[in-house]
Amino acid sequence: MSTTTGERTLGFDEALAAYDPAMGLEVHVELGTATKMFCGCPTEFGAEPNTQVCPVCLGLPGALPVVNAVAVESAIRIGLALNCSIASWCRFARKNYFYPDMPKNFQTSQYDEPIAFDGYLDVELEDGSVHRVEIERAHMEEDTGKSLHVGGSTGRIHGATHSLVDYNRAGIPLIEIVTKPILGTREKAPEVAKAYVSALRDLLKALEVSDVKMEQGSMRCDVNLSLAPSGSGALGTRTETKNVNSLRSVERAVRYEVGRHAAVLSGGGSITQETRHWHEDTGITTSGRVKSDAEDYRYFPEPDLVPVAPSVETVEALRATLPEPPAERRKRLQAEWGYSDLEMRDVLNAGLVDLIGETVAAGASPAAARKWWSGEVARRANTEGEDVPSYAARLGVTPAQVVELEGLVTGGRLNDSMARQAWEGVLDGEGTPTEVADARGLELVQDTGALEAAVDSVIAANPDVAEKIRGGKVQAVGALIGQVMKEMRGQADAATARQIILERLGQG
Amino acid sequence: MADLTRDDVAHLAGLARIDLSEAELDRMVGELGVILESVATVQQAPTDGVEPMSHPMPLVNVTRPDVVRPSLSPDAALAGAPDAEQQRFSVPRILDEE
Repeated sequence: MSTTTGERTLGFDEALAAYDPAMGLEVHVELGTATKMFCGCPTEFGAEPNTQVCPVCLGLPGALPVVNAVAVESAIRIGLALNCSIASWCRFARKNYFYPDMPKNFQTSQYDEPIAFDGYLDVELEDGSVHRVEIERAHMEEDTGKSLHVGGSTGRIHGATHSLVDYNRAGIPLIEIVTKPILGTREKAPEVAKAYVSALRDLLKALEVSDVKMEQGSMRCDVNLSLAPSGSGALGTRTETKNVNSLRSVERAVRYEVGRHAAVLSGGGSITQETRHWHEDTGITTSGRVKSDAEDYRYFPEPDLVPVAPSVETVEALRATLPEPPAERRKRLQAEWGYSDLEMRDVLNAGLVDLIGETVAAGASPAAARKWWSGEVARRANTEGEDVPSYAARLGVTPAQVVELEGLVTGGRLNDSMARQAWEGVLDGEGTPTEVADARGLELVQDTGALEAAVDSVIAANPDVAEKIRGGKVQAVGALIGQVMKEMRGQADAATARQIILERLGQG
Repeated sequence: MADLTRDDVAHLAGLARIDLSEAELDRMVGELGVILESVATVQQAPTDGVEPMSHPMPLVNVTRPDVVRPSLSPDAALAGAPDAEQQRFSVPRILDEE
């Protein structure tokens, strides 16, 4: 099977001229509990293979699962944060299948009795409009093991002679969050899909129930997509694209499948209901297994577990622990910080909200916090392929240092361009802002005598400009300030220079 | 109750990964049919107004605290495996391919 060339696709606009897309998104989130869903094995990422397994998660005869209390609480909190109803009584079910990623030959999941159902999440798009995504359900289940396919050329399952399985991940608590069909998004479908997953990630992060690292697989997204003739209101045959594990890929996968479905349908063909695999490198999907009787999971209630029946008091106590919803928090912070919509969006896109919050809490002005975390740091982090918070953490650059830097400016020791140099020194690992300023000899000349002398010589050298200012054209002062600063080799405060020039020319 | 068909048995055999010959399929249709008929007797029990039961104990919310307990050693975990490699369970090829 080739993964480098895709099937024929129509252009996105052309596809939308004839068809309406409908989407359904299934997101799996690994909870950040210390132990697995049904046993006390640890859940650390990256442990040596098969060192976090026991008779329960290996499905050995006679082992009995017991539900992790924190996982149930997390599931209820997620449900509440998604505006869902919480089941007053629900059970686990066995999902039976034969695939060696579960040693039990079934996955313990929930079937027709999810813990949470009928909710919604409002997601904000780039243009500021809000799209409400309805949530069908959120249910509890367990993760599967990880397989290593041996003997094929590329480590893929195709062509492998056998597979090696590590069950460390098997049994880690998962919450699967399923949307209702997302309709009426038209050309915004890819953006809505991405914005939903992004908003969900923010929400789960704020709930502190998961580290939601898509690149490590603790949050994974499956994209269901179908097309129907424009305006028909019908639902077409869907495909389910798995393995879509970055925000950007969610958007790209929707766009690709829209074009592929449209090409098949407009050519008179029909869509096969199947699983498709997303290829991050080439940006296409390829056919996986066809949904068939192999997916007759023969669900039945799990006889080894008793029902989960949270009381109203329990649910309300958990509701009281919910954090401020991320969207409301953003609005509140924007107002508190006095940022424009554009500034706030840049800050959000750069993932700076928490860092700026900490910096402001440490004593910096919101403007300074935004300024220093957005410029040079962002450029360098981007070059390293990191986000600013993790880059800053790795370098040991802290909110306190931004506060210190701002203090050097407001205290009159540094002007803006000197502060930039000091900050670069901090990023170069030369020490704190004060240490860098000391080492690099950054210091505004406090001796106004030198500054006054420079002003006098500049005025003498520019009699025309000086005359204009005397005559009331105060805006011409800029040209003189520039020359004074040059004469002072930048070691002067521009505001003070301006003041002295204006005084000398009778405009002070 | 509808009779068990030969196709039903073939489908179940496929799901259970049991290879049945044509002769065995024919035999199992009869044998499973008898078993289903016998079990069907319980359907005569009066169940009107009786809630379906999935667990014999009238318990709910049996949970454990989120506290780590020792896992097996990898050697112990792999001891029962027919084959192991690189500290992992070795399983036969997953996909049937030409």
